[in-house]
Amino acid sequence: MKDLVKSLALIPILALPPSSASADPLPSGTTFQSTAIRAQQADEGANPGMLWVEAGAKLWGRTEGSAGKSCAACHGPAEQSMKGVAFRYPAVEPTTGHLLNLETRINLCRTKNQKAAPLAYESGELLGLAAFAARQSLGLPIGVRIDGAAAPFYEQGKAFFYRRRGQLNLSCAQCHVDNAGRKLRADTISHGLGNGYPTYRLEWQTVGSLHRRFRACLFGVRAVQYDFGAPDYLDLELYLASRAEGIAIETPAIRP
Amino acid sequence: MLSRRDVIIAACALGSLTVRPGRAHATPEFLEKAIQDITKGAPVKDGKVRLTIPALAENGQSVYTTVAVESPMTKADHVRAIHILSEKNPIAHLLSWHLGPRAGIAKVSTNIRLAASQQVTALAEMSDGTFWRDRRDIVVTVAACIDGG
Amino acid sequence: MDISPARISVPTEAKKGDIIAIKTLFRHPMETGYRVDRYGKPIPRRIVKRFSVTYAGDVVFAMDFTQGVAANPFIAFHAVAVETGEIVFVWEDDQGKIVTERRTLTVAR
Ligand code: HEC
Ligand code: HEC
Repeated sequence: MKDLVKSLALIPILALPPSSASADPLPSGTTFQSTAIRAQQADEGANPGMLWVEAGAKLWGRTEGSAGKSCAACHGPAEQSMKGVAFRYPAVEPTTGHLLNLETRINLCRTKNQKAAPLAYESGELLGLAAFAARQSLGLPIGVRIDGAAAPFYEQGKAFFYRRRGQLNLSCAQCHVDNAGRKLRADTISHGLGNGYPTYRLEWQTVGSLHRRFRACLFGVRAVQYDFGAPDYLDLELYLASRAEGIAIETPAIRP
Repeated sequence: MLSRRDVIIAACALGSLTVRPGRAHATPEFLEKAIQDITKGAPVKDGKVRLTIPALAENGQSVYTTVAVESPMTKADHVRAIHILSEKNPIAHLLSWHLGPRAGIAKVSTNIRLAASQQVTALAEMSDGTFWRDRRDIVVTVAACIDGG
Repeated sequence: MDISPARISVPTEAKKGDIIAIKTLFRHPMETGYRVDRYGKPIPRRIVKRFSVTYAGDVVFAMDFTQGVAANPFIAFHAVAVETGEIVFVWEDDQGKIVTERRTLTVAR
């Protein structure tokens, strides 16, 4: 712990590392969990997050909105159409130029294609659909685009990650880069990756989005929390996905 | 400069949902009474029961718990029920499982809540009216950054 | 969500006499009644009270709950495959809400 405090104090305000275009993938957050949690995560019959995946599967086939279409009506079986989608997200939607993650992409289909009201960000329905869609990429390695139209979003996300904030004046990187692998109370600080989201967190007693996790970390350093789905969080999610390059999708993971 | 305490306390500030203070906690006598209510005074022996819980739980909200009892699980000789008891939760008798010969084997798992580090008891009730138990210690810690999300 | 809160892992086929493993998950807050919301108002208790499993004419497994059981309860247990038939799973909470799920087990001699 002394080391943690010492290194926190030594970090310059914006310490950008050399670009990460080589090296082995970072270890997934799951590798920092206890054997009990890892075993429960791996067992579909015991992982409570599967309740949300199953709900998403049912919603996939449900007709919604004035267009009278279900997700399945356009996309067919998700096992085929959604396989290999989640690991490309967040991604830039070409017609609008907006950066979308899986949740906001699904909501775009709700409003534009189903002609239905968007789902609330942290609702069981949207978490279920996102978990179900992401589950179709289980075990596939993350690889997002950070060039071209995505480049400005990536740069903003990276800057967010390295900027100190809050009453504690800590950046994400000070915990998740400089102190990864160290203990903070009962937790081992991981590399702060999003490859298991939406995730079942024991503390939440429910499945939650990656943005909920961001909010928890920002609360931890007493910094401003943004709304779910905020552009800053989407940029940050893209930067995290670039750090997670090559790591398998594990949705729904389990975290304490 | 930040002290180590500041980092931990601030980073681990309690979220918007806190436990209501001032409620009674179970005492060891409370546990004894809960056991008495189940056994109706019959003696409890150590053995036959195997309680498996992690030695350390990162979050007491959900602790993976398995109980297995040695028994042929026949009509004549089987496990009738298994109970899980706590010495530090607000309620001592956490749950009961009811089994019989049609279960085949007496092995059940679930996730329990534990309010604090403590000893957990698994108590098995056999078809011949005897009671057997196993007890395990567990350290319960709390996740570093409690919600606030 | 108006979607069945139950998820059941159970084999569809077995040989007579086999011991089958059954796992269930149930979406439920298991609200303890000890917590307060952000305005200090107590959150009322809401828990599953009982879970029971009937198969081939008998209750083969049942569970009584308190708030000492984790949210979204997971249960793993066993049953002997005796004959082809329905396994009926029933969860009942303390507000009287009952959820019933059925799965067919085909038993070969
Ligand atoms: C009316 C047809 C229609 C409906 C209904 C519909 N979508 Fe879509 N969806 C599309 C189209 C068209 C695209 C864009 C495809 C592309 O960009 O190649 C798309 C794209 C997507 C993508 C991104 C795919 C990718 O490869 O990047 C996801 C995820 C998605 N939809 C999920 C859903 C979900 C979940 C639902 C139901 C809530 C749904 N969609 C309903 C037509 C539909
Ligand atoms: C005071 C240290 C600290 C700071 C600063 C911090 N976090 Fe965290 N973060 C944690 C701890 C502790 C955990 C829980 C253990 C873990 O999974 O790493 C966590 C978890 C996470 C996770 C979940 C990882 C997983 O595998 O489930 C993500 C993602 C994350 N943080 C992102 C961020 C981002 C983005 C920021 C900056 C806005 C940030 N964190 C700032 C301490 C911190």
